[in-house]
Amino acid sequence: MSGHDWPLWEVFVRAKGGLSHRHVGSVHAPDAELALRHARDTYTRRLEGVSLWVVPSASIIASDPADSGPLFEPAEDKIYRHPTFYDIPDVVKHI
Amino acid sequence: MATRSKIHSDLVKRGQATVVGDQDPALFDYCQRLGDDALILGQRLGEWCGHAPALEVDLSLANLALDLIGQGTNFLGLAGDADKLAFHRDVLDWKNCLLVEQPNGDFAQTIARQLLFSTWQHMLYEGLANSSDERVGAIAAKGVKEVAYHRELAADWTIRLGDGTDESARRMAEGLDWCWRFVPELFEVDELLEGLIADGIAADPRAFESEYRTAIATVLAEAKLQSPADQRAILGGRRGHHSEHLGHLLAVMQFLPRTYPDAQW
Repeated sequence: MSGHDWPLWEVFVRAKGGLSHRHVGSVHAPDAELALRHARDTYTRRLEGVSLWVVPSASIIASDPADSGPLFEPAEDKIYRHPTFYDIPDVVKHI
Repeated sequence: MATRSKIHSDLVKRGQATVVGDQDPALFDYCQRLGDDALILGQRLGEWCGHAPALEVDLSLANLALDLIGQGTNFLGLAGDADKLAFHRDVLDWKNCLLVEQPNGDFAQTIARQLLFSTWQHMLYEGLANSSDERVGAIAAKGVKEVAYHRELAADWTIRLGDGTDESARRMAEGLDWCWRFVPELFEVDELLEGLIADGIAADPRAFESEYRTAIATVLAEAKLQSPADQRAILGGRRGHHSEHLGHLLAVMQFLPRTYPDAQW
């Protein structure tokens, strides 16, 4: 048996209650339960988290890097989508 | 209580709490038995570093090793000077059980050893957490969660290897066969231990032997493995009668501090 034959799992860690789980990396493991153990042993050794998710990497639907032009570049010049684009009149309070 | 336990074991680790010392020979010996079990198995597991079947398993085993070396340091630090006991005792003075000094073999044999030891250690530490000696109780209480994880991890792997391929099942069965004869020693109660049990200091392994047998049988059944036939028990580790393997382990572990006694990290 070798780790190279094992499927890949993406690991998400919740740093503390109330925060969302964040992607931290991936592990190889033969099944879901051992993927959790490997995630625990690899990514929470220094008290990084209070909760773990593992997801089969094959279940992640990813965007195609070749499409990044049409997907993302149109947003580059839409600076008005950032709140900092707008001047707030002095009379407006509480914003 | 948890905080107090941690503080106390940290004090013990730093040598600022009272140590037992050889003026209390029975407890001095018992602390070495507990500390030697953990330290020797920690050293053994450390041998997997860089050699495990996968990087993730490498980390798992190293984590177990570090937990065990920590427990060993705590108990030897309670007995006396932990470094002196760890690095300047010859093989006849070691009090660990024979199971923990057995060679790693293949991954399945390592897992078999871990299942048999961690299941026992978990039950022992649960009992020891109520020791009438609060220093012993504090160290055991700190270790019990670590060991619970070791036990679960070993059971998980036993089930996957036993109920895996023909080759993994064969290797797992052979690993168990190798380790099985060292189990009776875990439940041996000699005169020294009898006295400490009577004082409420030591945990009585006989109290959980049938629970242990059931727990192991449950894991093996799930792993679709037969319990090995009982073999002639091999005893003697607690009295310093060790297998040839311990001397080699100590040679590696003790080489540096013995060759360079004043070496600093």
